[in-house]
Amino acid sequence: MKYVMLIYQGDALERQAALSEEERRQVYADYQGLNQTPGVTPGLPMGLPENATTVRVEGGRTLTTDGPFVGMKEAVGGWFVLEADDVDAAIEVAARVPAARYGGAVEIRPSEVYW
Amino acid sequence: MVATLDQVFREEWGRVLSTLTGLFGDLDLAEEATQEAFAIAADRWPRDGIPGHPRAWLMTTARNRATDRIRRDRALTAKLGLLAAGDRDAAPMTAATFPDERLELIFSCCHPALAVEAQVALTLRTLGGLTTAEIARAFLVPEPTMAQRLVRAKRKIKAAGIPFRLPPGHMLRERLDAVLAVVYMIFNEGYGGRDELIAEAIWLGRALAELLSDNPEVHGLLAMMLLHDSRRETRFHGGELVLQAAIASLHAEAPCDWAQITALYGELSRLTASPVVELNRAIAIAETEGPAAGLEIVDGLGLDDFRYLHSTRAELLRRLGRTDEARDAYRRARELTDDGAERRFIERRLTELATTATGGAW
Repeated sequence: MKYVMLIYQGDALERQAALSEEERRQVYADYQGLNQTPGVTPGLPMGLPENATTVRVEGGRTLTTDGPFVGMKEAVGGWFVLEADDVDAAIEVAARVPAARYGGAVEIRPSEVYW
Repeated sequence: MVATLDQVFREEWGRVLSTLTGLFGDLDLAEEATQEAFAIAADRWPRDGIPGHPRAWLMTTARNRATDRIRRDRALTAKLGLLAAGDRDAAPMTAATFPDERLELIFSCCHPALAVEAQVALTLRTLGGLTTAEIARAFLVPEPTMAQRLVRAKRKIKAAGIPFRLPPGHMLRERLDAVLAVVYMIFNEGYGGRDELIAEAIWLGRALAELLSDNPEVHGLLAMMLLHDSRRETRFHGGELVLQAAIASLHAEAPCDWAQITALYGELSRLTASPVVELNRAIAIAETEGPAAGLEIVDGLGLDDFRYLHSTRAELLRRLGRTDEARDAYRRARELTDDGAERRFIERRLTELATTATGGAW
């Protein structure tokens, strides 16, 4: 099965900033390890949600606002695609994402073909 | 005759459904086919008699129904792969050709990717064979709501890729806790007065104990349920957990693993947020960490009208040598009970407290 793995930073960026040099290196190494995990197709790294621009169209008019669609803490922070046998395998990969252990979370979304 | 038929249905439903699910990899299809096979049996068996090998008959009939259904849906290319699986063995199924996959099924149904209420409903439906209407009635929700809950859960199993297999070793522990929590919740719900759920939980507990015969937690849960249930049936007729009696018996019957029980209650407490479960946990904690630690939890519970809170407090205070407070707590418990056996138990304790200061068992 194919899963889209959505990373939410929550408090993780703040908490990671307070880590020791060595711990921070471990975080980078963990992300690198994830990218090299069989079945993982890394997503394009995402910039900060505060630099996001959100677009709506109402009555033919394009409305543009500053920031993400949801709140800063709730915004998607990153993503990757995972090819795995089942949701248990996806849960194991999700648990290795550093954000998940520093106050963020990973959402596992099965991919679906609608057309 | 009717009773025997019910018995066969009860025993076989989960087995047939689980085997079909394993064979076709599709819970929905397996459920429909199993339902059809049981309906045919309910029609024919009372007239023609129960076949020599009812399980094999039900399995074969259900498998053939599933294959028929796939043939009818042949236009859907997605299901062509499944047809091959069904055609592999067109011969009647015998005991040797189908594995018991009820454990795989219960671990699927109690997967943490499903909401707890969905886990409970699915388990009752697939393993227990209760109808949607029966489950809805037991949980006091409208039938369409329960039907929707079941449909959504089955859809998620398929869409999210919830596996139909035993969890790997490193996941087994927490996944088993989830399964036991579901069984316990069904049991606890039964204590609210819905007897059929008590029977259901005990039946599931027995099935688990049979399938995981060397697992102490499974046996612990089953023992606890049987104990509470027997006390309820015989001496006490309240609707609550009979803590004193249960713990006295646990003590008398076998050396028990309080650390294990503490952990189990901890998990259940997290899931149910029930102060009654929390009270149980306090008793287990008192065994592992001492009465003071147990008392601290008990004193934080808002269960002032619950007589077992006071009898538990009384016992913990007695152990701590705080005799006067223990006496007051026993009196409060006595005020709240109108059960003769319990009153006698409390009277005995009060008499003992008048003569000795400390010591003794629960």
